[in-house]
Amino acid sequence: MFVWLHPYAKTERAYALCNTLMPYFLSAAILGLSVGLVWGMLFAPADYQQGDSFRIIYIHVPSAILSMGTYVAMAIAGLVGLVWQWKTAYMSMIAMAPVGALMCFISLFTGAAWGKPMWGTWWIWDARLTSQLILLFLYLGVMALYYAFNDRQQAGKAAAIIALIGVINIPIIHYSVEWWNTLHQGSTITKIGKPSIAPSMKWPLLISIAGFMGLIGTLTLMQLKNVIIERELHRPWVKQLLSEQETK
Amino acid sequence: MAFDSFADFIAMGGYGFFVWLSYGVSFLSIVLYITYIKRQKRQLTQHVVAEQAREARIAAAKQSQEK
Repeated sequence: MFVWLHPYAKTERAYALCNTLMPYFLSAAILGLSVGLVWGMLFAPADYQQGDSFRIIYIHVPSAILSMGTYVAMAIAGLVGLVWQWKTAYMSMIAMAPVGALMCFISLFTGAAWGKPMWGTWWIWDARLTSQLILLFLYLGVMALYYAFNDRQQAGKAAAIIALIGVINIPIIHYSVEWWNTLHQGSTITKIGKPSIAPSMKWPLLISIAGFMGLIGTLTLMQLKNVIIERELHRPWVKQLLSEQETK
Repeated sequence: MAFDSFADFIAMGGYGFFVWLSYGVSFLSIVLYITYIKRQKRQLTQHVVAEQAREARIAAAKQSQEK
């Protein structure tokens, strides 16, 4: 079933795939972010309760949702690495970690800057905020554990196990606003069937989410290329590639 | 258009500081991360080039000794 995937276990093929995919993700990022953010900042109406401060939503929600999505993707890559012993799977896992951590940081920071005018505080140990902070620590933990090993295969194995255990935090983040009484509001766009956000605000948000997906894809590919190069530094194809780029 | 003037747009209905702080820090952190990736790539390239130059020097030295 997955035979078509096998050639990508070779780092050279994986590197070439990064180059092939890059323009698609990059154009999705540029298109999605420029349309979504300009629409959201300039044309979406102000919120009837929160005024213009709600415009933070166009970076806060995409980065928050996708920091969770990236985590799941990272854990799946780790699982693939554990099951099939693919080093390229571990490489994509560790390439996603800093990107996810960046998204997690952005969601926490924009959340704080939104919380100050709306709730009167930058930070509160609320279930949603705390579980999202734990997600940041999980990302940092995966990276710290990975880079603590000299043997990259061992490192991948250990980091993948931590990543898989950490998946338990994802439903906790998602349901935290329902399970506990939180200052953070409930979800508005993922309520199936009856989203409680006006279409004029929802569309720029969805486009912005698509743009962030493109951005995360682009950053992951850039990082993955470096991870592959670092791991395969002594392979002839890497040496040739880098010296060609240097002479250009 | 939700704003009447550019000043209105910057003011964000009084929430300008928080909105622009969010957008500014997010943009800055993404740019910094891209700079980090690029620097990492440059360092790896320089490492490989230096290594190759060293290998070439060793080969040249060996050849001159054999003569």
